[in-house]
Amino acid sequence: MAVVFQKTKGLTDKPFSYCPGCTHGIIHRLVAESLEELGLLDEVIGVAPVGCSVFAYEFFNCDMHEAAHGRAPAVATGIKRVYPDHPVFTYQGDGDLASIGTAEIVHVAHRGEKITTIFVNNAIYGMTGGQMAPTTLVGQKATTAPYGRDAAHCGNPLRVSEMLATIEGAVFVERVAVNTPANIRKAKKAIKKAFEVQLQGLGFGIVEVLSTCPTNWGLTPVESLEWLEKNMIPYYPLGNFKSPKEEK
Amino acid sequence: MAKVLMKGNEAIGAAAIKAGCKYFFGYPITPQNEIPEYMSRELPKVGGVFLQAESEVAAINMVYGAAGCGVRVMTSSSSPGIALKQEGISYIAGAELPCVIVNISRGGPGLGSIQPAQSDYYQSTRGGGNGDYFHPVYAPASIQESVDLMQEAFDVADRYRTPVMVLGDGMIGQMMEPVEFFEREAEKTEKPWATNGTKGKRKPNIINSLFIDPQALEDHNHRLEEKFELMKKNEVRVETFNLEDAEVVCVAYGTTARIVKNAIEICKNEGIQVGLIRPITLWPFPEAAFEEVSDKTKAYLSVEMSMGQMIDDVKIAVAGERPVEFYGRSGGMIPTPEGVVGKIKSILGRE
Amino acid sequence: MQERAIFAGFGGQGVMSMGKLLTYAGMIEGKEVSWLPSYGPEMRGGTANCHVTVSDAPIGSPIITNDATCLIAMNLPSLLKFESDVVAGGIIFVNSSLIDNKVSRDDVHAYYVPANEIANELGNLKVANMVMLGAYLKAMHPVKEGSVIETFHKLFTGAKEKLIPMNEEALKRGADCIVIA
Repeated sequence: MAVVFQKTKGLTDKPFSYCPGCTHGIIHRLVAESLEELGLLDEVIGVAPVGCSVFAYEFFNCDMHEAAHGRAPAVATGIKRVYPDHPVFTYQGDGDLASIGTAEIVHVAHRGEKITTIFVNNAIYGMTGGQMAPTTLVGQKATTAPYGRDAAHCGNPLRVSEMLATIEGAVFVERVAVNTPANIRKAKKAIKKAFEVQLQGLGFGIVEVLSTCPTNWGLTPVESLEWLEKNMIPYYPLGNFKSPKEEK
Repeated sequence: MAKVLMKGNEAIGAAAIKAGCKYFFGYPITPQNEIPEYMSRELPKVGGVFLQAESEVAAINMVYGAAGCGVRVMTSSSSPGIALKQEGISYIAGAELPCVIVNISRGGPGLGSIQPAQSDYYQSTRGGGNGDYFHPVYAPASIQESVDLMQEAFDVADRYRTPVMVLGDGMIGQMMEPVEFFEREAEKTEKPWATNGTKGKRKPNIINSLFIDPQALEDHNHRLEEKFELMKKNEVRVETFNLEDAEVVCVAYGTTARIVKNAIEICKNEGIQVGLIRPITLWPFPEAAFEEVSDKTKAYLSVEMSMGQMIDDVKIAVAGERPVEFYGRSGGMIPTPEGVVGKIKSILGRE
Repeated sequence: MQERAIFAGFGGQGVMSMGKLLTYAGMIEGKEVSWLPSYGPEMRGGTANCHVTVSDAPIGSPIITNDATCLIAMNLPSLLKFESDVVAGGIIFVNSSLIDNKVSRDDVHAYYVPANEIANELGNLKVANMVMLGAYLKAMHPVKEGSVIETFHKLFTGAKEKLIPMNEEALKRGADCIVIA
């Protein structure tokens, strides 16, 4: 019988620890497939964050570091400076990257570190139980914003891709979503592209992936995909913010 | 090799490079700035990397990344900067990575002052970060000793897969003394745990301090504890001086010990016998040295550039057998030999 | 022998260099030496000082408090600040170009050296420190003058080499100020 689908070698056999309907699993697969297709699995060194994807080091089938909360870009910098010829990536959520780790992500871009960051934005703190993130939408309820996020009280949601795109050293910045098969295909393309930019030694690359959190959003998986489409994409527009010049 | 006149901070950098350290990540803070400055100048010449991080927090995490790759790596800072690094140091201890952290300490709490102080004793020896961990802490008293201990620090770090701290005060950092670099082969340690790409030939290596299963974490903590016990057994370093007939035995480390030696000389000229226990490792603390003290000793005197921190370890070592007194200056004020002599005389009731 | 000297002045007078030269020369002679600078904000436009110990025996504390064998004061604040740190019988060198005051103690010996004037005569105010060092070496001879000259040759290399003759001359002119009875 012909093989029509095969699990990527980029993932271990360890079952994911994510909630039903969570799109972390899809994003893991896209990253792992990209690494496999680019032939990088034997060389790549990844950095896992603190957040729902804290166990990413058990899922990606390559050398991994587990970093302190928000510090993955600094850890990745240490790795890349020791092994400039090895591909290095961080996989971080929005609490990790857009809150406690803002200094680290800004400066990894500022230095133009030749690493790739996969930034999973689900507009909430997942692992700790649905607290408000810098990316939580105005009016969106969270366990630390029980009446909904009030912009007058705690500001408007942070658009990380737009911010990082202003930094010289960030050469590839794209926001994608994994709510539809079409968007998933685009996401895969962007992730692969980000790794290619790293391999070409051009600078820092980041792919922001809009993701769901059915558990903490209090929605079914299908409702979550719809909620992402209706609420997140209008505020966090999809598209490429920056790409190396010759490619345009 | 001939003696050269070097500032402590530069000598520390030079010793690190001689020990095979090729990676330095740091952030500016007084009074240790000559270390990163020296490394930024010298590391590129030996094919190494100096990188100024955006913060102490980032710097220690870069160290974590580089150490996980299996190379010799260091950072340096001063007291409040070390406080920021404590998060990373705890992770490095938990993930069992070798690295060297230099603290050219200053007065505190808070922004404190930039003058010499020893008020980071607790911070250094109690594992200021979270969790059950210790790491060796070397306290050099001269530039020559700083150089020798730096080289040892890297070997010990690799041997035990542990962060190692070298704790000097501002005087050690800023002072110039002649030093001699003794050629010594850096100890070679295999690092099969390092992340350098699987090459498709081994299972992935994972650098990690997370053990979500309680039993797994307890097992890990037991394993760390065994390592700490081994270090306590093998890595204690201490200098004892004039203990035989001493009526009072002073305990002091770093540059304070040198001031105490002057005080001991003054006492000797006045017919008072005073000894010194100088811990060179603050952790592991040289408890066994206290057993060498004779029956003639009436009391111990802990002399520190702090409000009294090491005195706790002295009391643990003495275990109530004799009184333990304290003399200290803080905030960048430096104890004088006369001050120490005065305290010794008051202990002996001979003012 | 143990010489414990405090060199003090304001930033730019070269007091750190005076101390370093003495320290270096002591090292060349195989003596025990240490040089401890003041550091931090007080260096920025304020007073600068360094403590130099040159000894035949291992040095205990590198800090000099109340037991300086000698003070080299390049400006008035330095004299006022450190005068009391000199031991009885010690020596104080006063840069009389900038300090009108006399040493207030009668249990120490004072030498008054118009270092700036002499340096100006030599055509470079910057060598005032070497004039003072010359006076100090002549009076105290903690190290041989030859060792200091050797130090010049070690430290002034390349483009700086041409500075050696003037610095040697400055040492000599400073030494001439000292008449030992």
